[in-house]
Amino acid sequence: MFGRHSDLPLTGDATSRFLPWLVALMVFMASMAVAGAFVISGIIDRWDHDVSGTLTVQVLPAGGDHAEAATDERVRLAVEVMRKVPGVLMVKAFDKKRTLALLEPWLGGTDVVQDLPLPRLIDVTVDSSIRLDLAEISERLSHAVPGASLDDHRVWLSRLINLSRTMQWLAVVVVLLIGAVTSATVVYGTRTGMAVHHGIIEVLHLIGAHDDYIARQFADRAFALGIAGGLMGLGMAIPALTAIGWAARRLEGGFLPSLSLSILGYVSIGLLPLLAAGLSMLTARLTVHGTLSRMP
Amino acid sequence: MRHRPRGENIIRFDSVGLRYGLGPEVLQDVTFALPSGSFHFLTGPSGAGKSSLLRLMYLGLRPTRGRVVLFDRDIATTKRYELPALRRRIGVVFQDFRLLDHLTALDNVALPLRVRGVRESEIQKHVPELLSWVGLADHLGAKPSTLSGGQKQRVAIARAVIGRPDLLLADEPTGNVDDTIAMRLMYLFEELNKLGTTIVVATHNELLVRRFAHLPRVHIEHGMVTKLREQTEPE
Ligand SMILES: Nc1ncnc2c1ncn2[C@@H]1O[C@H](COP(=O)(O)OP(=O)(O)OP(=O)(O)O)[C@@H](O)[C@H]1O
Ligand SMILES: [Mg+2]
Repeated sequence: MFGRHSDLPLTGDATSRFLPWLVALMVFMASMAVAGAFVISGIIDRWDHDVSGTLTVQVLPAGGDHAEAATDERVRLAVEVMRKVPGVLMVKAFDKKRTLALLEPWLGGTDVVQDLPLPRLIDVTVDSSIRLDLAEISERLSHAVPGASLDDHRVWLSRLINLSRTMQWLAVVVVLLIGAVTSATVVYGTRTGMAVHHGIIEVLHLIGAHDDYIARQFADRAFALGIAGGLMGLGMAIPALTAIGWAARRLEGGFLPSLSLSILGYVSIGLLPLLAAGLSMLTARLTVHGTLSRMP
Repeated sequence: MRHRPRGENIIRFDSVGLRYGLGPEVLQDVTFALPSGSFHFLTGPSGAGKSSLLRLMYLGLRPTRGRVVLFDRDIATTKRYELPALRRRIGVVFQDFRLLDHLTALDNVALPLRVRGVRESEIQKHVPELLSWVGLADHLGAKPSTLSGGQKQRVAIARAVIGRPDLLLADEPTGNVDDTIAMRLMYLFEELNKLGTTIVVATHNELLVRRFAHLPRVHIEHGMVTKLREQTEPE
């Protein structure tokens, strides 16, 4: 790629001065977005693990004359609704006796408790490889069965996961936008370079150079500038990410899961300069081909 | 060098017209053919359209009407990616030389070989050879800006012939040099012609045309080819 022969004096062009800085900035920002996406992905995995496996449905006791029978009916309905949810493996309702047994350590085994209107619990085993939209299930459940609800904490976590996924997509969109801006700049820089060196390009064309002979020289230059800028951007991003990671570790513990970046995350960020350079190269090449195709 | 039977046409124009943008036609109904191995002058007053006619011949322009047949290929129906191969069979000495200012004389002359992908070892062998043949052995590393008009012209001519073209088009190649050098350049072209290269030299230097009176002449005036002096044997 480097040291290949070039007839065009591209090293002195204005593009050579501004493109590396732009690419550096773009790679820096893309690094932040990619790091964010990977950290979020780690958090989601952790939370996903927490919410998968088993769920608990709580059914409030019904009031009125036939409270006991009405509550049984609610439990039966709730079990039916949960069985229809894809990914649910087993649904098991605790009858009143089981519930009482569970509560005994707190309430004691007196007869008074027998007459208390206690909430009933339903144990649900789910396939942990399937991601359930708990918020949606909870909604359906409380809609179908009065007084029935899914375990609160998990529903909330599920909503958080949905939000995190949205943020992940946002990071992807940010990276794509950064790529588009870089491409647009390379197109502009290449067109300017072609206008500046129009006379030389025409001579090369007239002595029988194929379009790609000329395009390759612009592409090589764009690659070199892209790599230089990309490495500069990486050089700024790595200390920044290390500092953020260090600060986060000090805050850690309790609710926030680890904010450290996985190996895959570091590898992806390490590839960004190469990706930026490749994009610059390809864009320059296509731009030159597009412009030359209008020559006789 | 490709060997073509003498007499077969290397280039043919049929009712060719050319206009720049929306301007008037600078060439009208130009019809002629150049036999392979011939040597022609292209004459006419300044602004008559000599450079424009050459530009059509080296595929620097497309005609606005009419037909150009080059090396038995109709240019209008030739695919764009096939044109470089045709251009490589043509050597051009531009009226303003068009040397690349940032390259040395050696690199300028090497250009046609580089675009063909010729190995660097070949280039380092053949290019200095040709440059010393045109008397520039001491200026291989010189940039065009440090060369005199006549020296630049010789670099331009070396660049035009390094690829051993079948057709050599020279636009006022004697414009910037004194008579002695002009004569030497003409003898150089005659040498190349004897080796089989078809040559067209555009000039409005009447003295030169009279000195080489045996050469046929395509005359152009007001955008029309008006006279075609037939080839005679050199006396
Ligand atoms: N690029 C161009 N755009 C517009 N008009 C042009 C262009 N090049 C040439 N012309 C016009 O075409 C006509 C022929 O020009 P051309 O350069 O072919 O003449 P010429 O015979 O080579 O003249 P000279 O002997 O001075 O070199 C002129 O009227 C000129 O003004
Ligand atoms: Mg001219």
